[in-house]
This record gives sequence, C-alpha cells and structure tokens, in this order.
Amino acid sequence: MQAIRVLALCALPLWAAAPLFAQDGSAPAQPGAASTADHSKFEILQKEFASGPEVTRACLSCHTEADDQVMHSIHFTWEFEHPETGQMLGKRNVINAFCGAVPGNEPRCTSCHAGYGWDDMRQSSAQAQATPDCLVCHDTSGQYTKTATGAGHPPLAPVPDGSKTITGAKSWPVDLGKAARSAGQPTRDNCGACHFYGGGGDNVKHGDLSSALFDPPLSVDVHMSPEGEDFTCSTCHVSDQHDWAGSRYRMQATDPHGTGKPGAARSIATCESCHGPTPHPAGLKGLKLDDHTDTLACQTCHIPEFARGGVATKTVWDWSTAGRLDEEGRAIAMSDYLESDGDHRHTYLSTKGDFEWGEDVAPVYAWFNGVVEYTTGDRKIDPGQTVEINPIHGTPDAPDSRIWPFKRMEGRQAYDSGLNELVYTHVWGPDTDTALWTNFDWAKAIEAGMDAAGEEYSGEYGFVDTYMYWPITHMVAPAENALDCESCHARDGRMAGLTGVNMPGTTPFNTAGLVGLAMLLAALGGVMIHAAIRILRPAKGGSHD
Amino acid sequence: MTERYVKVYPRFERFWHWSQMALILVLLFTGLALNGLHGLIPFGPATMLHIIAALALIVLWVFAIFWHLTTGTWVHYVPTRDGLLRVARFYVWDIFKGHAHPYRKAYWRKHNPLQAITYLALKIILFPAIWITGLMALGWNLWEDVPNAPALGALVSNIHLLAAYAIAAFVVAHVYLLTVGHSFREHVKPMITGFDKIDLSPEEEAYLEADEPARIKPRA
Repeated sequence: MQAIRVLALCALPLWAAAPLFAQDGSAPAQPGAASTADHSKFEILQKEFASGPEVTRACLSCHTEADDQVMHSIHFTWEFEHPETGQMLGKRNVINAFCGAVPGNEPRCTSCHAGYGWDDMRQSSAQAQATPDCLVCHDTSGQYTKTATGAGHPPLAPVPDGSKTITGAKSWPVDLGKAARSAGQPTRDNCGACHFYGGGGDNVKHGDLSSALFDPPLSVDVHMSPEGEDFTCSTCHVSDQHDWAGSRYRMQATDPHGTGKPGAARSIATCESCHGPTPHPAGLKGLKLDDHTDTLACQTCHIPEFARGGVATKTVWDWSTAGRLDEEGRAIAMSDYLESDGDHRHTYLSTKGDFEWGEDVAPVYAWFNGVVEYTTGDRKIDPGQTVEINPIHGTPDAPDSRIWPFKRMEGRQAYDSGLNELVYTHVWGPDTDTALWTNFDWAKAIEAGMDAAGEEYSGEYGFVDTYMYWPITHMVAPAENALDCESCHARDGRMAGLTGVNMPGTTPFNTAGLVGLAMLLAALGGVMIHAAIRILRPAKGGSHD
Repeated sequence: MTERYVKVYPRFERFWHWSQMALILVLLFTGLALNGLHGLIPFGPATMLHIIAALALIVLWVFAIFWHLTTGTWVHYVPTRDGLLRVARFYVWDIFKGHAHPYRKAYWRKHNPLQAITYLALKIILFPAIWITGLMALGWNLWEDVPNAPALGALVSNIHLLAAYAIAAFVVAHVYLLTVGHSFREHVKPMITGFDKIDLSPEEEAYLEADEPARIKPRA
C-alpha cells in the first residue's frame, strides 16, 4: 500500500506537468508564449520613443506596480544586506578581483544596471532617480542593447563613432518602439547580455556563464542546450514580483526541501528543487551515488570542468604590472591567448596588467553552506598572505554544508599599505586626469577612487595577492561525462586536502595499510623462507606418510 | 587401524569452500583497488563488484552457519591442545629433518589441531570482523551523524583493511601448506572429490561399510 502511494506521488508531478511540455516531450513551452497580451497591438506602444525612460513610462501605464517591484530588487539596488553576516554587500559596495569596484567608474560599470542614469554611487539608485529599464530584460526583438559607457542607456541614432555595447560589439542605433512592441518574458539573450559578459568581457568573471550558453551543444550544458532541455535562465531562476531565486552572496548550498509536494510552486533555484535529494537511477549504483548527496553538491561531480564550449575565463589578473608603455609612450595590448573558438584574448594591457586564461578548467573544492563574506574596504588585511576577497563559509559537520566546486580567481591588486585595507580605484574616465586607464597613474587613480567611495586613504599603496571564489553551478554536463569515482577516490584526487570526509582510495599507505601490507609481506616472506629451507635441505620422505 | 578413502567433505562443504574462495579473491582484488593500492579496475566497477561479492559471501555464510549447526560439523573446529605443539613443531622444525606429519586424520576429526584452531580463529574473529566493519562501511550514511562519526568511520575502515590483509596472509599460508607433505594435487583433490585418506579403527570401518557405504570407497 505504502509502495503504491509512493508510486502515485512520483507519477503525479509528471502528469501534472505534461501540458507544459511540447508535443515532442522535450522542452517546456516558451514562458509567455501563451500570454493573453500581444504587446505589438498596444496603442500606447505605437510610436517612436526618444529615450529608454520614455518606454518605461509607457510600460507603467499598464504594469502599475512593476517599477516599485524592480526598484526593490537587487538588479536595481545593487545592494544586499547579508542576513547572516550583517555585511552590506552588492555591486554598489563590494571590491572584487576584476575591475575592482563600481564607485568612481559609474557610467561604465552602471551600463549593465537594470535602469537608466545611475551615475553616482554615493547615492542609491533610487536617490539618483535612476529609472528601471524594462526592455533590458523584456525585449524579445533582439536589437535592444545598452551602451558600454552610458550608465544604462541604449545607443540611439545617431550613434557616435567608436561606441560599443555592453558585450563589446560595435553599437547600433536601437529602435525603442520596436523593442517595446516585442515585450515578453526574458530569454537567455536578455540575461546573457549582461551576465555572460561580467568583468568586461565574455566569461571573464564567472567561468560557467559565457556566450557559449546562447546556443550550447548538449556536452556543454544539458539544461540550456537546444538538444537538451532548452531552458531559459528563468526556468530555474524563478521569480516572484521581480525578485529572483539565486544569489551569489547567499546561496542555497543545498535544498532539504527537495521537490516539495506535487504541484507546489518552486521558489528556489537549486538542483534538488527539481531533481530531489536522491536523483540517481534506482539500483545498487544509484544507491551508492545517492549516498554522496549529503556530502557533495550535485555540481561537484556533474560539472567536471568549467569554461567549456570554447570560451575561456580569466583565471589570473595581475594589476601590479599595469602602466607599462611602449617606447613612444603608447599603451600596449598583447593578445597571446588563443581560445579554442579561434578568438584571441588579451594577455597584457597597459591599462589592466597581465592576464591568464583557462578553458575546461578543473574547479577547486571547498565546504560551503551558501554564506559568502566579503573583504570590504573597511576590513583589515594581512598583506603578507594571499587575501581572500570573498571567504566562503561552511564546515564538514554542518547539515547545510556541501562540498562545492569553485572557480578560484587569482589576483594581484592594489591595497592601502598604510591602513592595510583594499582600495577602490578610479579606473575608467576618458575625460578625467586621475583615471588609471587614461593616465596610468596609480596614486591619483586610487585617491580618486577612495574619494568616490567616501573611504579614508593613507596615501600609500602596494599590491597584494588575492583569491576570489566563484561558485560553479552552470554548464552541467551529460551524466556520462560526470566525474569518475577515481577523480576523487585516489591518491592526490580532486578532494585532496579537504577535511572532514572519509574517502576510500585516498590513503592506501596509512598506518593500517602499512601494518596490513607488512603482515602480508611477512606471510609471503615466511613461506618463501620455509620453502627455501625445504629445498636446500631435502629431507628423505618428508611427508605425512 | 586401516587407511581408507572416506568422504569427509560433503557436497555442500565443497561448494561452500570453492565459492568462498572465488568470492574472497574477488573481494581482495576489488578491495585493494578501493583501498587505492592498485588501479587494475576502475573505482566504480570495483565498488559494485565488492558489494555484490560481499553480500553473496554473507548469504553463503548464513547457509554455512546453519549447516555447521544442524549437521554437527562444528565439532571439527573445537580447539584442542592435544597434539597442537607437536604439529607446530613439525612445521617449524621436524619437516626439515624429513619427519612424517604427526597428525592422523580421523573421520570425525578431519583437521589437525593447528588447522582447527586457525580455521576457528578465521571463522569467529576475522570473518565477523570484516563483515561487521564492511556492513558498517556500506551503511555509513545510516550512522554518519553519530558523535565522532568521522573518527569512528576511519576506525571501521582500518579494522576492515587489517582484517582483509590478515585474510590475505591466511590465503598465502593456506595455499603454501598444500605443498607440504603430499603433492599439491593430492592436497587439493579431497576438496574436489570429497574423499580423503583417513585412519579407521576396525569398528569405524565396519560401521561405514555397513551403514554408510557411499561414504567409503571400496578397497583398491
């Protein structure tokens, strides 16, 4: 009876979900495709728009609460008060191992802000009267974009020479009316235009979010590949009132709730929220693999490498070498890294220093409970050691911790050598005489950055080695490409150095192993000596008889 | 006293012995791979084979224990000091001087005292140690939340490993001793046919001839 009930429960979600799936049973229908509204027919959108905010005003004439919702979301505030650590995080506040920080570099960094016109970090986005940008997420015409240096505004006709979009492409004039009339649910093109290019270029930051995910083969991402589930980002990152599941500051390292009751709404974006805590096929092997789910994150085995699909990720950024100029005093650019998709990536820039890149990179692994702390600008650092930009929390014995894969970004970046604190640097500013990328003067750039961030600065600076951790969760490989057991269950396996886990196969020569081997060798030696004596001293009739 | 070929290893005992041998070899081979000592078989298949062979061996042993108890065969393993030292002395000394093995097999006592005590130790110490720790390792997820679980888990693994090496050492000695005395072939044969050369008193011989003729081979 119990078994029948369990079977029935298992079957229910499949049955309930059936109408959502296309006839071929492969991918869920495009969210919104069956919408009751066709924006191309809306009267208020039948016009030419002169600016982004003008479109937003038109949207709000029907979607009366949308701006309020968006303005409370992290996409707009760039601010997150961590409930566990109490730290005030978000792009507005943190320092990273890439371009450093937003303050002082606003119109460049805020080009990816989900709003228009935030050009001063000293004010919150609301105080700065930034307007939510509906189109960046809801345009489905494919021709909406934002100018790389325009504080979130799109390039409009006439487009100035040399203007670029946030993906680094040459700007084109956006037709705002066409974009508005195409409004629909976000696709991966919307999310990817910003999130695949974090850090100022394709896959620079995350390692597992690159332009390869616009149309990935099955081997790169089973969920997003058209040969696989063909998910959009929001298939997993579900939203409620413009607030999304999934955060890099406070992750859900595991989901004890699992799939929930049949028909229950899913509110978080973990593997377990769809696959449950015992996802492997029934059988002895499945049971054994399921034994791992209370120790490992799914990602640990199922994302064997990141930066797959032909787009490299930046693995090392050494700012300390920035500023070297050629004999004629011009900036140097070297592009000696050849990506497998044929692109060259910068390996040295006078503006930014030395870079290293990696494709198909094996992650580093660490216990993680989802809490990410930040070495904010007011924290003391020990410059004699590698500074962790964002120490991750988690312990082996905590039920909410799992071993997770991370991209570990290696940096060498500026710090205040008088106060022993990380600094904010004014890097971007074509018209200022302090911006590093224009003037190549660290002292001025740091002073200006610290001023923009409202931070105290001793006037002395140096460079410190840093690590920054990026949890790896995208680019799930097909099951047959998951890590083999011996990737970890071996001497010097991938988990070498991790504590708090019993892992057979890693220590064949521990004390018990050596004692055992000695016992076996003693037995072998004993019988060989015994046999040798018998052979050397042949005894007559030495037998039972 | 006459020497006759008497069936001292009935069919079940032979089946038990040889299937146990095969399973132990599989378990040693896969177990040492799981321990990381060799990589002749990948970890995943080694895990599956190890678990399946271990469960099969435990099932076999459930039957074997039942068989020992119901047939009374357990008496063969009751330890005795009588003759123990003489047999030990034979292996470490007298054998080199060409002396004959001091033990005469009886049909109700087919093992010499040293064999009996070795097999008994194997059965009541090493085998239980390795099954219990093996089952604990297999069921790790059921008790991993008890206090000090990682340390206990390591202890369980270490006992399991030591027991495994001890069994491997036993296998070495066991196989080597087949070469002592008779030829290797002659030593193995009884465990295949079931018949071994046994000293019988006239009464025993008469009893077997009369009441259990299938257990005694006709005189050659």
